Amino acid sequence: MSSRIIGIDLGTTNSLVAYVDEATGLPRVIPDADGRPLLPSVVAFTPDGIVVGEPARRQLARRPADTVYSVKRLMGRGFEDVKDEARYLPFRILAGEGLVRLAVGGREVTPPEVSAVVLKALKERAERHFGESVEKAVVTVPAYFNDAQRQATKDAGRIAGLDVVRIVNEPTAASLAYGLHRLSEGVVAVYDLGGGTFDVSILRVKDGVFEVLATNGDTHLGGDDFDRVLALWLLEDIAARHHTELDRDCVDLARDPEAMQELRLAAEAAKIRLSSEERTTLTLPFAGFTYRREMTRADLERLVEPLVGRTLGPCRRALADAGLSAADIDEVVLVGGSTRVPLVRRRVQELFGKTPHSQLNPDEVVAVQAHILAGGITNMLLLDVTPLSLGIESLGGIVNVLIPRNTTIPTSAREMFTTSADGQTLVDLHVLQGERELAKDCRSLGRFELRIDPMPAGMPKIEVTFLIDANGILQVQAKEQRSDKAASIEVKPTYGLNEAEVGRMIEDSFTYAEADVETRMLIEARNEADTVLVHAGRALKQGAHLVDVAERAAIETAVAALRAARSGDDRDRIHEATTAVNRATEHLAEVLMDAALKGALGSRRATEILGER
Amino acid sequence: MFGLPRKLAVDSAELQRRFYALAREHHPDFHQAAPAEERARIEATSALVNAAYRTLRDPIARVEYLVRLEEGRETKEGDIDKPKAPPALLQEMFEIQEALAEARSEAAKGALDETTRATLAEQRESLRARLKDEETRLAGPLSARWDSAAPAERPAILAAFKEALATRAYLRTVIADLTETLGGDTEELGRAIEGRHGSAEAPRTRGGMGGHIGAPHQ
Repeated sequence: MSSRIIGIDLGTTNSLVAYVDEATGLPRVIPDADGRPLLPSVVAFTPDGIVVGEPARRQLARRPADTVYSVKRLMGRGFEDVKDEARYLPFRILAGEGLVRLAVGGREVTPPEVSAVVLKALKERAERHFGESVEKAVVTVPAYFNDAQRQATKDAGRIAGLDVVRIVNEPTAASLAYGLHRLSEGVVAVYDLGGGTFDVSILRVKDGVFEVLATNGDTHLGGDDFDRVLALWLLEDIAARHHTELDRDCVDLARDPEAMQELRLAAEAAKIRLSSEERTTLTLPFAGFTYRREMTRADLERLVEPLVGRTLGPCRRALADAGLSAADIDEVVLVGGSTRVPLVRRRVQELFGKTPHSQLNPDEVVAVQAHILAGGITNMLLLDVTPLSLGIESLGGIVNVLIPRNTTIPTSAREMFTTSADGQTLVDLHVLQGERELAKDCRSLGRFELRIDPMPAGMPKIEVTFLIDANGILQVQAKEQRSDKAASIEVKPTYGLNEAEVGRMIEDSFTYAEADVETRMLIEARNEADTVLVHAGRALKQGAHLVDVAERAAIETAVAALRAARSGDDRDRIHEATTAVNRATEHLAEVLMDAALKGALGSRRATEILGER
Repeated sequence: MFGLPRKLAVDSAELQRRFYALAREHHPDFHQAAPAEERARIEATSALVNAAYRTLRDPIARVEYLVRLEEGRETKEGDIDKPKAPPALLQEMFEIQEALAEARSEAAKGALDETTRATLAEQRESLRARLKDEETRLAGPLSARWDSAAPAERPAILAAFKEALATRAYLRTVIADLTETLGGDTEELGRAIEGRHGSAEAPRTRGGMGGHIGAPHQ
């Protein structure tokens, strides 16, 4: 068995696998066969099998109902937690108790299973790279992940055939990677705004020890939300400007998953462009009309301002918990793709009164911690904290905190409890996580039942022990001290998978696995063909009048040939036919783009004239 | 554990230095290859080191720990000799709580009127100042007295510690209640709730004492 440990960054939008090169001592990310370092965290459940990464991302708009993205936001959560945002997700989330379940591609899957597909693809990358099997990994999670979210991440690893030896908090790992370059001492604030999660951590760096003083965040706030507000704004704008066409064709874009997915992707692209440019033009072709508009960075900032504002409260709370003020912070480090948005940088700078350090390479971040655990680095130590308070529900629905938030881990706590009814034989221990006083306002991690001998109320002495390991994962034990027999506890995680479920999923993952590379490449070729067919069909519908009869006929012939090839199993034939369609539509695409640009200029002139009056 | 003299006055830089050394020695990260049993033991030691540092770095937590140690109590629970706050303070806190209950029922009907709000906010500010004074006294002069006291003087200082701790607990609870009623921003509330959690020995004003687990689900 290999003792190699790889580092995995399992992101909301993209994931990657990295290691530290023994020869150079530098972190290296392992690219895929085509040299791409990032693996989009997108999984498509097609009739032909499961597709992951770039090919899955490409079919987001075409198969919205069967293509899962941003699954990290659903990890370790219940339907109630996500039902608001489920309205905006094109894949179906099943209502029910316990952890979230998705209905995609004619089957039911849980978020850990979807994440496992991503992890497995990364594991295979690493195995191809090293030429040997890889079984151990360090996986980073947002510092503000609760116990259920951490457990779900560990489960995903197991389903993928990986032993997750360590769960590392993303900002902590980032500070470590940062500290590698500048071994200065001082207090560092790490502001990490990713695709779906936000974290802030305050650390003290001294003598090679990275001590987390406090952490805070929001596991449901990130670039995805920026995209969503922008997409909804576009939707409104389209409805306002093109209501004539929409009414004529009886189209309700909000109910069209394909259109909504297109809007989301266009919003994301515009957001990225507006991070480096002051203005950009959006062009979105729809059946019957083309939507164009110019957007400025100010437009974007007005829309995302409230979201950026939501990150500032956690920053202040982390400072307060660390017992520090903004002036005590020596360095501010930015991590995560969403920190490229200029408004984010501005707000962070205002809050801490310091110019933040730019982006770190995410590859370094996970690789370094994996290296430490593999025994490669011995002079550095991470002292992390538990992000949320942990306790037990006691009489009156009040939470009795055993371990307060921002306690350095590993940690343990012990407390004595007793019963409130005579002759009680069953004690229900409800384990909770959160900062609120009432159990109903906190996150339920699980219930434990303890059988005891009947005794008058107040007589039993029940010792409850909490132990949080270095991964931030909680273990609970309960023991009645007066009775002789040791009591056993059955764990019923509220938002997790039980052992049997994980076991079944591990087996299933072998059944689903595309062990045959040939099959997988065929699936990818078919997906590519589908994408091209959709685009060609749309281009023909919109621009048929712009080209002559001969050209139209040539396109239609190529399309028919591709359809025929796609129904067969010959990958090369599908490839060739796909290329042929691409070639045949090249001119038409140009003509359409020209028309779109002219239209955009025309409409701008119109708005400018209107603006002057 | 840290090789420092048993005194309430602690050299915090030296404590931190020794903590980092111990944490490094006992952290599970450096014992990955050890057998499971050994790893569990390392984890327990590491948890103990962390807990010890957490207690010793905070002057108030140091006093609380000392009181427990002197009374031979192992955990926060099971205190035989309940700490008592001065009766005058109890009376005063009781009055504030009553005014609060009134304000709450008023708030339940509609918005809190501005005069009541202002009075409550003012009260909270003055209580906060007193809390700060109490903590400074506890961590400063009282702690120093203990360190230099002869064994015969110690029981008296211990009693003073307990009274100060109880006073602090009452003040924190009432401040938290005031904040809740005033409906401060979430940040404020977070701090208030922490105040509640942080004072494990604080008498609860509502919802009964902790330590009882609900009846089973039949």
